[in-house]
Amino acid sequence: MIQSTEEKQKVAGAELVMVKGGSGKPLLILHDELGYPGWMTWNETLAHDRTLLIPLQPGYGKTPKLDWVMDYRDLAGFYSQVLREMKLAPIDVIGFSAGGFIAAEMVAADPHIFSKMVLVAPMGIKPAKGEIYDIFPITIRTHLRATVADPYKTPEFAKLYGGEMTAEQFEAFEDARAEAARIGWEPYMHNPSLPHLLNGTKTPTLLVWGSSDHIVPRECIDAYKQAIPDAQIAVINDVGHRPEIENSAEFERVVTKFLAA
Amino acid sequence: MKLGYFTERPVRWVPEEVILKNGAHFAVSNSYFDRERASADYNYFIDENLYAEELGFDIVALNEHHGNPFCMGSVMNVEAGILARLTKKAHILLIGNPLPVLKHPLRMAEELAEIDLISKGRLITGWVRGAGSEQFFNNANPAYNREYFEEAHDFIVQAWTRPGPWRYEGKHFHYRHVNPWALPYQKPHPQMWIPGTLSPETIRWCAEHNYPYFGLGTALPATCDMWDLYADEALKHGYEAGSENFGYLLPTFVAETDEQAQKLGQGFLFGGGQNTFSRVEHTLPPGYNSKEAIQKLAKQPQGSWLGISGEKMRGQVEDLEIDPVKIRQKLLPGYERAQKNLQFMIGSPKTVIPKMKAILTTLRPGSLIVFNVQGPVSNKDRQTSMRLIAQEVMPALKEHADSIGLVDALTKIPGTTKARAGVKRNPVADRGLLKEYGLVS
Repeated sequence: MIQSTEEKQKVAGAELVMVKGGSGKPLLILHDELGYPGWMTWNETLAHDRTLLIPLQPGYGKTPKLDWVMDYRDLAGFYSQVLREMKLAPIDVIGFSAGGFIAAEMVAADPHIFSKMVLVAPMGIKPAKGEIYDIFPITIRTHLRATVADPYKTPEFAKLYGGEMTAEQFEAFEDARAEAARIGWEPYMHNPSLPHLLNGTKTPTLLVWGSSDHIVPRECIDAYKQAIPDAQIAVINDVGHRPEIENSAEFERVVTKFLAA
Repeated sequence: MKLGYFTERPVRWVPEEVILKNGAHFAVSNSYFDRERASADYNYFIDENLYAEELGFDIVALNEHHGNPFCMGSVMNVEAGILARLTKKAHILLIGNPLPVLKHPLRMAEELAEIDLISKGRLITGWVRGAGSEQFFNNANPAYNREYFEEAHDFIVQAWTRPGPWRYEGKHFHYRHVNPWALPYQKPHPQMWIPGTLSPETIRWCAEHNYPYFGLGTALPATCDMWDLYADEALKHGYEAGSENFGYLLPTFVAETDEQAQKLGQGFLFGGGQNTFSRVEHTLPPGYNSKEAIQKLAKQPQGSWLGISGEKMRGQVEDLEIDPVKIRQKLLPGYERAQKNLQFMIGSPKTVIPKMKAILTTLRPGSLIVFNVQGPVSNKDRQTSMRLIAQEVMPALKEHADSIGLVDALTKIPGTTKARAGVKRNPVADRGLLKEYGLVS
């Protein structure tokens, strides 16, 4: 069992809390809009030969909120500063959902910041058809259930969210929802200029999407593919918005294959 | 003391079952909208407010809500403009304009100035943060709700008082040419009375600005506590709060007999009443509440707040099937409980007078606004209630208010009693009757 640690460091003008675990070449992980859920099976697998660096987004309970960050592009700018100050760029990245949006904004501003980029069901581009699911006018319970194709067939979902929600969990989710709303309310979880600025991106990119994703429609993946024509697409069947816990074996397979290539 | 009249201008034609099945008033489909009946009722409610003035109410109060049949007032400034022209002496109280969701404070400053000018200085304006659901309806970022509120308020006061043109570049609002050519008739500007449901943050803000705070039918013991919070905060700002700093809005329905009143007063429960204003997911948008409020909610799983139980907060019941018959049965004990708690005032004049006096004694409000019944109650029955209140209840209440020294904010400017060093402040609430009515143990 590989242990992860939580470290606080002064960087880019913030007291950034970062989860670290594993050994080997650094791999940046940008968590989704609901926050870092904890060290799961897929983290464990990837940590065998990579050092996972998981910054906890400002305003999500541990890293203090940055008032000057008012949209996802600002947040991407902050994370880019972090990478520059820590001399981590170019680095491989995996961004989940809104974390994929952040990664895309980062590469749009600096084409050399990532050596490889994995976007898992990324938000950030308004789909030509369909909609990014509105996560704000629903309760956290409804939201969580919508993230997976079948909660009863997802043991790690039960491990994370089973049983009675504790006061601490409730508060953490409300922090996450509040901060996601603050910076992603309008335009809703996307940036109209992002696809234009992504044009010409040469960073090797893998787009991962679950065929039963209720949160991010397939058209978002198509829009990313249009902006980054060389991007590869990996569709994982019968899973929703959380392929990393719904079918961690397949998720690990496609991601490690891409990163190793 | 001032006595005011208020109605939500309820949509009286929507089938109740539709609201119950939706689980709330907010988000009931507007496919049920009936333009003929709406047109008639918009006109009727203007006339009803004129009738209130004719009966001698000192204040007519308006509000607005969005995206639901609970309240027809979607743009209350339109109604206020009409009342400004048609009324002669009543003050027009707005409780209140939802600044964060309207997003255009310069336009708001102009609209209100026009209302004040047309009425020759009878506008009392008020601000609210807007219900949770209204953040969704207006696509207003709930995480900035309080910032929008405070910045819009500060801007409007400046727009009314600072000679233009001048330039404003704030965090959320930007106007590089501020120079409105409609300024309030009242100088420096109309009074602002702030309605609410006892948010400590809002109460502190009111005390800081000397603005009267209005409890919206809030539970009496908790209201007393918040009055004390206001008064303690006022001392920090160098003044002593009195009845002029407080107001109270009371759902009230009066008929010739208790039996008639009890039957028609059930209109307050129409569609589930205030507790079903919006479903939980619309009531608490992300970031709408302060961190402190969220922590309090998280730690009180069995508690109820804004009519929402801890169980509902966690979304445990939102998917349950809704049975209208069962809901109606469940609502009745709440109707009785609200009356026992003195939060619904239902009965003949003889029945309600002592209870309303008890509220005046307990909360010592400078202004009391009666809130007419909801639901499909006829114009005639609504007006009977208004007439009985004005002719039989109001004189008794005013006499009682005078005897206990209640002064309203229009008569005495809030904040004008300086704090006295080393002297304990005067009480702003009297809890003596709470025990007698069984409201505290």
